[in-house]
Amino acid sequence: MIEIHPLVIFFASIFTNNMILSNFLGMCSFIAVSSEIKTSLSLGQAVTFVLATTSVLNYIVYYTILVPLGLEYLRFIVFIIVIAAFVQLVEMIIERYFESLYYSLGIFLPLITVNCAILGVSLFMIIREYNLIQSFAFGVGSGLGWTLAIVAMAGIRKKIMGAKIPKGLEGAGITLIITGIMALAFLGFSGIVQIQ
Amino acid sequence: METIGVTVLTISGITGLLALLLSIANKTIANYGEKKIVINKSKELTVEGGDTLLSALIEQKIFIPSACGGKGSCGYCKVTVTEGGGEILATELGYVTPKEREEGVRLSCQCKVRNDMQIQIPEELFSVKQYDYHVEFIKDVTPTIKHLRLGLPEAEEITFKAGQYVQILAPKYKGSDEEVYRAYSIASSPVDTKAVELYIGYVKEGKATTYVHNFLKPSMKLTVVGPYGDFFYQDNDREMVMVAIGTGMAPIMSILKYMRSNKIDRKVTFFFGARTSEDLFEMDTLAELEKDMPNFKLVACLSRPSEKDNWTGEVGRVTDMLEKYLTNASNSEAYLCGSPVMIDSVIPILGAKGMPEEHIYYDKFE
Repeated sequence: MIEIHPLVIFFASIFTNNMILSNFLGMCSFIAVSSEIKTSLSLGQAVTFVLATTSVLNYIVYYTILVPLGLEYLRFIVFIIVIAAFVQLVEMIIERYFESLYYSLGIFLPLITVNCAILGVSLFMIIREYNLIQSFAFGVGSGLGWTLAIVAMAGIRKKIMGAKIPKGLEGAGITLIITGIMALAFLGFSGIVQIQ
Repeated sequence: METIGVTVLTISGITGLLALLLSIANKTIANYGEKKIVINKSKELTVEGGDTLLSALIEQKIFIPSACGGKGSCGYCKVTVTEGGGEILATELGYVTPKEREEGVRLSCQCKVRNDMQIQIPEELFSVKQYDYHVEFIKDVTPTIKHLRLGLPEAEEITFKAGQYVQILAPKYKGSDEEVYRAYSIASSPVDTKAVELYIGYVKEGKATTYVHNFLKPSMKLTVVGPYGDFFYQDNDREMVMVAIGTGMAPIMSILKYMRSNKIDRKVTFFFGARTSEDLFEMDTLAELEKDMPNFKLVACLSRPSEKDNWTGEVGRVTDMLEKYLTNASNSEAYLCGSPVMIDSVIPILGAKGMPEEHIYYDKFE
């Protein structure tokens, strides 16, 4: 494993290795919540927060508990438990302090639990053998990348609100097509850095 | 063997630690503590925070009307929150007009008690009580409408105005896993303080109607909360026009019985609409009322009489009957009860006949 600077990982995970646009992880809430910029930004912040924290927590749990005990094969269940508990905590905090956000996120807040982008980050950092700082940069970067993608999508969807879209493509259909085109655009960044 | 032990211990340890963390969070972050609610600047209540305003008030025996049972779909449970309500939620916007929003009107089933609050509710809601009735009888008046008579225990009585409604609490039963409150107009006279009578039509997959139609039996207990509503008999000398379809007849029946027992001799015309003669119910009682009250006239009409009905009366909708029978309505008042569609189509006709809008009273059954 070559030593990559954490900042490189940070920027790479926003642009070249964007969770949504190059790995296609975390698509469900990306499609469903991207109808409004404000809500998208809030969900993006929640995802970023959960990603940054769970990547560090999972890193610590993995290297201080699972590896010494030779229990690496338990990583799926352990990661998922940690993520679930953390999302539960975030939900409580949002319900208490950001009530209207709580209602506008609705079911998608608890669904962060099974957002594949989040488990994806935890698994990638293990597979790519990142150290703690790199993992943290990767977590924050991926979260910001996810936020960037969903907010950009919400902006585009707002722009095309008045556009004539073929009946069968309204809603999710056109969103998926736009996602594809955005992914093509982001493909232009690839090759600038390699982080795996 | 050892690996199994280590595995189990590790997973339990991690899970246990997280569970501990979450229960601490539940005790601190999700715990809102006791909050004070001041109603109409006079009555002060202390409630457990975190719940919705509606359930907090119900717990304190203040019954805010709510037909949907707190799901935010009926818009009845409006309360003016002058302090401590926080931002209005997206779920409420469909029910609160911009003007109401300025005054601080909220749906109490959506607004949560997180701070000390100042709220305003109509004084008459303080007289709303919860009653434990027992079913005296329950019988079919048409294949889809049940007639219920609910009796109160010896020491209790209920005071209401003719035309108002109550809510019944349908408990959990096989097929419905939640308690629901549903609103029904009282059909009996307010003179009878020991009982209420209701007509309950069957609604497909309706939780309360299914309970009443399939599970409720004589002598069973039924919890009733009420009375509610601003649709009731107005005391004056104007001529009265009443229009009802289906179970909308219930509050009209209550008003007519009230007038009979108080010997009120105003001129009344009641337009009662139904689809087929099978759907016309309590025609004997109405005929009796017609006999006892010389100034009361019943016009029953069927919109789709079938061959076997042998119907010789009026054919058409209530709107057609109004066009036909009503001439100058400028000195009359109207009581309308039934589906929103019927009411919305009747109001313009009354207006065209010269009836001032403020003399039209209605109760939309949704």
